[in-house]
Amino acid sequence: MPKLIDLIQAGRTVERHHPWPRAVVDGDAWRAAAGALADGGLSLLGLWGEPSCVHMAILDDHTSDIGVISLDCPDRRYPSVAAYHPPALRLERTIHDLFGLEATGTPDPRPWLDHGRWQMRFPLGERLDTSPPDAAPYQFLPAEGDGLHQIAVGPVHAGIIEPGHFRFTANGETVVRLEQRLGYTHKGVEGLMTGSTVEQAARLAGRISGDSTVAYGLAFAQAVEAAQQIAMPPRAVLLRALMAELERLANHLGDIGAICNDASFALMQAHCAVLRECVLRAADAAFGHRLMRDLVVPGGVARDIASDGPDAIRAALDQTRQHFPALVELYDNTASLQDRTVSTGIVTPALARQFAAGGYVGRASGRDHDARRKPGYLPYDGLRFDVPVLSDGDVNARVWIRIREVEQSLALAYQILAGLEAGPVRVSLQAATEPCEGIALVEGFRGDILAWLRLNGDRIERCHLRDPSWFQWPLLEAAIEGNIVADFPLCNKSFNCSYSGQDL
Amino acid sequence: MRKLLFQSLFRQPLTEQAPRPDDAALAELAAMVSRTARRRLGRSLSIREVDAGSCNGCELEIHALSNAYYDVERFGIRFVASPRHADVLLVTGPVTNNMREALERTYRATPDPKWVVAAGDCARDGGCFAGSYAVVGGVSAVVPVDLHIPGCPPSPMAILRGLVGLLEAVDSGVAAK
Repeated sequence: MPKLIDLIQAGRTVERHHPWPRAVVDGDAWRAAAGALADGGLSLLGLWGEPSCVHMAILDDHTSDIGVISLDCPDRRYPSVAAYHPPALRLERTIHDLFGLEATGTPDPRPWLDHGRWQMRFPLGERLDTSPPDAAPYQFLPAEGDGLHQIAVGPVHAGIIEPGHFRFTANGETVVRLEQRLGYTHKGVEGLMTGSTVEQAARLAGRISGDSTVAYGLAFAQAVEAAQQIAMPPRAVLLRALMAELERLANHLGDIGAICNDASFALMQAHCAVLRECVLRAADAAFGHRLMRDLVVPGGVARDIASDGPDAIRAALDQTRQHFPALVELYDNTASLQDRTVSTGIVTPALARQFAAGGYVGRASGRDHDARRKPGYLPYDGLRFDVPVLSDGDVNARVWIRIREVEQSLALAYQILAGLEAGPVRVSLQAATEPCEGIALVEGFRGDILAWLRLNGDRIERCHLRDPSWFQWPLLEAAIEGNIVADFPLCNKSFNCSYSGQDL
Repeated sequence: MRKLLFQSLFRQPLTEQAPRPDDAALAELAAMVSRTARRRLGRSLSIREVDAGSCNGCELEIHALSNAYYDVERFGIRFVASPRHADVLLVTGPVTNNMREALERTYRATPDPKWVVAAGDCARDGGCFAGSYAVVGGVSAVVPVDLHIPGCPPSPMAILRGLVGLLEAVDSGVAAK
């Protein structure tokens, strides 16, 4: 079985790519990498295009090494990775939609983000103007048999949530197949970033998924800083981590309540929403924005914490620490609620491993991965925290992972506040003379976010941000199979995948 | 569970308790919304939220309207599951090309009289996504908008204030259709 290092060494290493290596390989090595991903041992971290080449980021599960391999495709085609390794499929369809690069041997050539409404094809590659609406209806996968019927849901849903389409095929109440169709919120972020300044791109990065604005800001900033090889002052590192943990805390609290609410247990939602609001208000008092948007910027943080900020945050942490245990007990001791969550929507450990699912989806199904640990970044090497892992893979396990992570984030936030020392919070970026590339992997509340970019002067030449949802959405299709239609909201909320993050 | 419910019975409601400078504003809003909403729409204002391509930030703050601090339902404002039941469409995000038709159809499915509120900076003019091949622009590029609520995202209090503004405009006949 080839190791990542062998794959990298088989190619020509690209200079000024930090902190992990990138190598340009040939078609055979590319196919070997796809085969190795399918065999296990390597995990796919990302797959993205440029007008005439494709890149693949890979994690070596044994050594925790990360590397990028690139393949030039002057004839606008490359060997399909999905033909060997299904998690690459939607990414390949996206590369075709955006760049027009064809994955030869792909098991599914249907478009993904392109709904035939952009008035052009291949917007980031060699553009072809088209006149709308000439798109043929999207072909959903067939499901045939006696007694089957279809339920079409979305893109406008009944709740206050993002748009997407779900096509259920059901036999009575039982879901036989779910097929997702996403892309409705595609805003062309990568197109807007190309050629923009670092500041503009940072603002866009913070608006890829609103609930993860800190994590995205951090991933983008770390990639810029890696490309320019600049180190952050300790206070900036700690303030970023503080914001990241507050964001994780607020989202997990909101999710725990919302999952229970989707099982019609509104009491939990009411209490969790109060705690979430406390955290958001503390963030507002400390940083001037409830969601802490545009605060993590390349070079540090946009502004220092307010003088009374630490006290405001401590008060919110104290309140959460005081009230949360009773809610955990409530969850644990309500049989009617457990009846809905236990053994519902199971993701098997094998699937979680194959898709390299991050966050609570992976960790509830036995995949012990957290980007704060592996590859790890500052300041987490100096902080004490556990990464909870369960193996049941059901809605209940995803709730418990969140509960444990709330506890861990509380502990982390206290540690960070205790360790805050005076100092600068921002350094200036350099005007690079030569193009340079950076990559970063950051743990958002939902899972690991990959950021990759190439800088040319003060401009972004190409930037790609991969949401954790790319590798979680397909698992939802698997998790719902054999469950009843009425449990779909519950399963969906327990995943809480990002629409905007994957649609970009 | 009984203990929690029991405690809630005897605890002061959070809605009243929060000691914040805009408490007065909140109380004022409560009085105003209920007065104007009642005159125009009976006892309720039903809102259908439509995400036309947002980053989800606005949705988070719209959700927060329902928590115990803002408790939007006490004003008679409700979020409903279908445009058929709605008086107001609360639209977020730059309208993407891929969501344009869905927004138009949701608008047409909403019975008259109806009002459209565009929430967030993106909903005004596309925000930082304006000019993209995948984005139409602000909400008013697709359906007529009665009110814009600025912010990225607007805070729950700002959204509440905006809805009051709409009710007042409706009441004075400016935006009535």
